[in-house]
Amino acid sequence: MKAISDTVPRPHVPQRSEPDALLAIRDVRRAFYGLDVLRGVDLDVRAGSITGLIGPNGAGKTTLFNVVSGLVPPDAGSIRFAGRELAGASPEAISNAGLVRTFQVARGFPRLSVFQHLMLYGREQPGESLAAALFGSAESRRREAELAERAWQIARLLNLERVIDHPAQALSGGQKKLLEIGRALMAEPQLVLLDEPTAGVNPTLKAEIAHHLRALPARGITVLLIEHDMKFIGALCDPVIVMAEGRVLAQGGFEAVRADARVREAYMGVRA
Amino acid sequence: MTGWANYLVFIVATGGFYALLALSLNLIWGGAGMVNLGLAGFFALGAYASALLTVNAGAPILAGIAGALVVGAIGGYVVTMSTTRLRGDYLAIVTLGFAETIRLVANNEIWLTRGSDGISGIPGPLKAELGGWFNAAYALGTLAIVALVWFALRRIDLSPYGRALRAVREDEQVAQVAGKRILRFKIEAFAISAAIAALAGALYGHFNSYVAPDIFQPLITIYIFLAVAAGGVGRVSGAVAGAYLVIFFLESTRFAAAAIPGLAPVQHAAIREMLIGLALIVVLRWRPQGILPERIPPAPRPQSQEAT
Repeated sequence: MKAISDTVPRPHVPQRSEPDALLAIRDVRRAFYGLDVLRGVDLDVRAGSITGLIGPNGAGKTTLFNVVSGLVPPDAGSIRFAGRELAGASPEAISNAGLVRTFQVARGFPRLSVFQHLMLYGREQPGESLAAALFGSAESRRREAELAERAWQIARLLNLERVIDHPAQALSGGQKKLLEIGRALMAEPQLVLLDEPTAGVNPTLKAEIAHHLRALPARGITVLLIEHDMKFIGALCDPVIVMAEGRVLAQGGFEAVRADARVREAYMGVRA
Repeated sequence: MTGWANYLVFIVATGGFYALLALSLNLIWGGAGMVNLGLAGFFALGAYASALLTVNAGAPILAGIAGALVVGAIGGYVVTMSTTRLRGDYLAIVTLGFAETIRLVANNEIWLTRGSDGISGIPGPLKAELGGWFNAAYALGTLAIVALVWFALRRIDLSPYGRALRAVREDEQVAQVAGKRILRFKIEAFAISAAIAALAGALYGHFNSYVAPDIFQPLITIYIFLAVAAGGVGRVSGAVAGAYLVIFFLESTRFAAAAIPGLAPVQHAAIREMLIGLALIVVLRWRPQGILPERIPPAPRPQSQEAT
């Protein structure tokens, strides 16, 4: 199993990363069956930011998330996170390094409860060893109590307290989205990648999700999110990165990006 | 002991072997979501390992049983490592092939296993001392071992380890994203599960004092799948209940089919199989998730009631 390593070669570094970049992606490429989906992506995510990633369907946004989170290895390129090279590392190594993701269609463990979901994202649980399971360990019990306390706090914060013992498959679509955010919070990551956190949820819940996301940087969690709702992006994200055809097309403040003729043509279908 | 008492003892002991097999399957299928159609192979592996160690090498019975556990665990490790990229149907096919390979090796490697003649004269613990009470004592000992395995698996089930194992069962990718080293969980679960099946095999051999390849037919695996499904997939107690339910159906239909007049023996056998199938269909219609369905343990209430 691959571990995070500094030894992975960096074939091409076209630009310098921002000095306070938590995540620096350089020339990341990935093809599927001869189709180039990522054609040399370069982007930085500043520590403490809520960075929006937008672009038309097929731009490669979710593939980029899959590559960064280790589910799909890149064909080439460099992914540096908190100063460490992540390209090619396993998903669990990346997660344990403090980079956690959610999925476009809320995914999880259908027959496990909300509480179990949250507990599973708790870090450093020595009780996850076979010996501790069979023979018990004081350290495991102590950590379990700490994590349970935190799981309850997060469930209360996200209004999931009432359904804490319900299996995930019994939750509404909106509750599943909240649970995804709860899991990310539970992991206490440095960076969370959110793939369409408000897809298919009603406006009230959308506002609630925005409220929760806005509070993350103050907790030390940087956010990179994919979203199609421009109002949501405009209200929450700075900067905004636009992808099209497997590359970064533009980046900057929301208004500047929205006014960019290339973005208007590629994403909004408006000819300059 | 009377004939009926002996028969009852036989049912209790056989139920114990089935219960161990069901506990084994429940850990790997109900716990980690891996379909192991090779259960009969691991059962055979344990039976032969202990038989060969005690009969051929003259090892003590406890050493034979310990050897069966080790051989079973190694077999489980090898199967998991050679199928790391397989899941679902594909894993099931490979494990089925593994079981058939074990059976065919037992049938053909005569120098080691005595082929289809099987290995006889497998010693039973304190058999001479217990005399006519051996079977009853052995059945009770088997029940004690079932209780011990049940206790250990329940501890695993309720621990953070068991929770992570269930996460692997539900969605491997999401479990990885949650930071779980899924290969470690799968290898450990499969090795423990295989060791338990091998333990059942070893206990079976020392009870019957005879093992042969024909005993380890794929039908045993099917019965154990039915036991776990009827008992409740994912519930440790359900596996034990399901195993005894299947044994009850297997034995009671023997008399029910024989009570139908005017049928030839071969027809009785066919009717018996039909009655077993019908009974299990009725159970699963009545309790689709098994007699004892999987439960979600309630979240422990927090001491502090303050929100963040």
